[in-house]
Amino acid sequence: MSFLTIENLSAFVGPAPILRDVSLTVTAGEVRGLVGESGAGKSMIGKAVLGTLPPAVRVASGRIVLEGEDLLAMRPRDRRRVIGARAALIPQDPLTALNPSRRVGPQITNRLVDILGWTRHDAQVRALELLDEVHIPEPERVMRAYPHELSGGMRQRILIASAFAAEPRLIIADEPTTALDVTVQKQILRLIREMQARHGTALLFVTHDLGVVSKICQSLTVLYGGKVLEDTRVGDFFAGPTHPYSAALLAATPKYTDPDASLTPVPEAVIDGVRAEIEAFDRMHGHV
Amino acid sequence: MADARGLVKRRAGARLWLSAGWLTLLALAAVFAPLIAPHDPLAQDLFGARLPPFWEHGADAAFPLGTDSLGRDVLSRIIHGARVALGVALIAGTLTCLIGALLGLIAGYFRGWPDMVISRFVDIWMAFPPVLFAILLIAVLGTGLSSIIIAIVVIDWTRFARVIRAEAMSQGAMDYVASAQVAGRKRFSIMLAEILPNVLPTIVVLLTLEMGIAVIVEAILSFVNLSISTDQPTWGSMIAEGRLSIHQAWWVLVFPLITLFLTVLSFSQLGEGLKDHFDPVLR
Ligand SMILES: Nc1ncnc2c1ncn2[C@@H]1O[C@H](COP(=O)(O)OP(=O)(O)O)[C@@H](O)[C@H]1O
Ligand SMILES: [Mg+2]
Repeated sequence: MSFLTIENLSAFVGPAPILRDVSLTVTAGEVRGLVGESGAGKSMIGKAVLGTLPPAVRVASGRIVLEGEDLLAMRPRDRRRVIGARAALIPQDPLTALNPSRRVGPQITNRLVDILGWTRHDAQVRALELLDEVHIPEPERVMRAYPHELSGGMRQRILIASAFAAEPRLIIADEPTTALDVTVQKQILRLIREMQARHGTALLFVTHDLGVVSKICQSLTVLYGGKVLEDTRVGDFFAGPTHPYSAALLAATPKYTDPDASLTPVPEAVIDGVRAEIEAFDRMHGHV
Repeated sequence: MADARGLVKRRAGARLWLSAGWLTLLALAAVFAPLIAPHDPLAQDLFGARLPPFWEHGADAAFPLGTDSLGRDVLSRIIHGARVALGVALIAGTLTCLIGALLGLIAGYFRGWPDMVISRFVDIWMAFPPVLFAILLIAVLGTGLSSIIIAIVVIDWTRFARVIRAEAMSQGAMDYVASAQVAGRKRFSIMLAEILPNVLPTIVVLLTLEMGIAVIVEAILSFVNLSISTDQPTWGSMIAEGRLSIHQAWWVLVFPLITLFLTVLSFSQLGEGLKDHFDPVLR
């Protein structure tokens, strides 16, 4: 049963398409990777689901169905309620994802109060448990800290705790380790995997790192220029991708077995092929 | 790093305390003017006219900053003048800030049509040269303290609106705002609880600058006699009168001028100091 279904989603900034007929599904409890180079439209897909698209972006067509509710057809207020109760975000940049002028504690407890209608006291107790669950030492002290007093890894742990706080059924993790030190990246990745398994949350994991995908995802969507090039099981993908771009991407990824092997960048010819594919798509749909 | 921060802190502390000290002194003087002013600021004494300040030959210790060409006590007039200056600063500054900051927050955070309407207004408003605008307003409203306050608010709200709009817009693009939206919070409550604290340092700086501007505007309008009736001493009217007797009695001009200067400087320094004080990263 699919838990999140995106069907033929198209979005524009002015006349320029940024999402082209995107379809993807996440089934309950599954981890789906969303892979593509920077600017491919990965974050826009997450924002479309969460209803936080920038004002310049216009959704032209398509459906986003979350647990049977057609989000784009709903009134904004109802949509926010549905999304708030069922979905959450682990953001890319833990610095801008916490309000710099407020203490950490209320930023976690507010979610429980806002979404689940809990009392401040219950929320406080739960927040301490959550901080403990994401392996933060001295949770009481951290709750009273301002974000700038904490390290990037610590902030990301807090954001993970706060994403899982209201027990959402779906979490969108938008390159959650990109802004962190390499040593911290592994810990955070392990933590997300651990939390996801324990809570049985469906996870849409945005990344440009196929190595990460091979470790934590069951299925995979490859995106280029806002267009889905490949949608497959992770096992099948690593056994042999069907699209030339995915194959080149896989070849360009450093092997964990042989990290010193020289990297082959995605060949120009392959990129040209993908561009031609996208131009053909745009002509067919009448976007200049 | 820690040392640099300490230095920034200490410097910010010094100017914060100096400016706050001067303004507090002035505020006390304004509130208790009738009690602490040594003389009636309007009492004339043509035989005691143009007495020099206390350190000069021929001074009268009862008039420490001297007297003007009508024999009125300069110190008492400065103390009473603080009432008008600070009153205008407080009322005009606060009103301008409330209106401008609120509209700026709404435009910057809500975007869309509220932003369109407010930004158009700001653009049109700023196309008027402020001095002409002020003279026009005073001509319509008539002279007087309330006209001055209204003129300041009407002309200067755009200063707040424009800056706060830009800040609210950049804050609104941050992920913590998106998270609050995803959590289903009401947008107005997000604006006040999440955005406002982050633009508060800027609001404080603008507010104190505006208070300084209000003091200057009032002084200028007093100087050209567009402010209040002449029997209420103001720094601007003192400067205007002092200018006429600069060669015979420089102190009539210089003391109110120094007071005005220190006050405007203090307002701007207070703003800067408070900004650092409010900034959670520097704090
Ligand atoms: N705030 C914005 N307004 C308009 N266009 C944007 C905005 N943010 C991103 N875009 C455009 O949308 C496209 C997809 O961006 P994004 O989803 O952020 O890519 P990524 O795959 O790196 O997450 C890019 O071409 C980018 O230029
Ligand atoms: Mg992105």
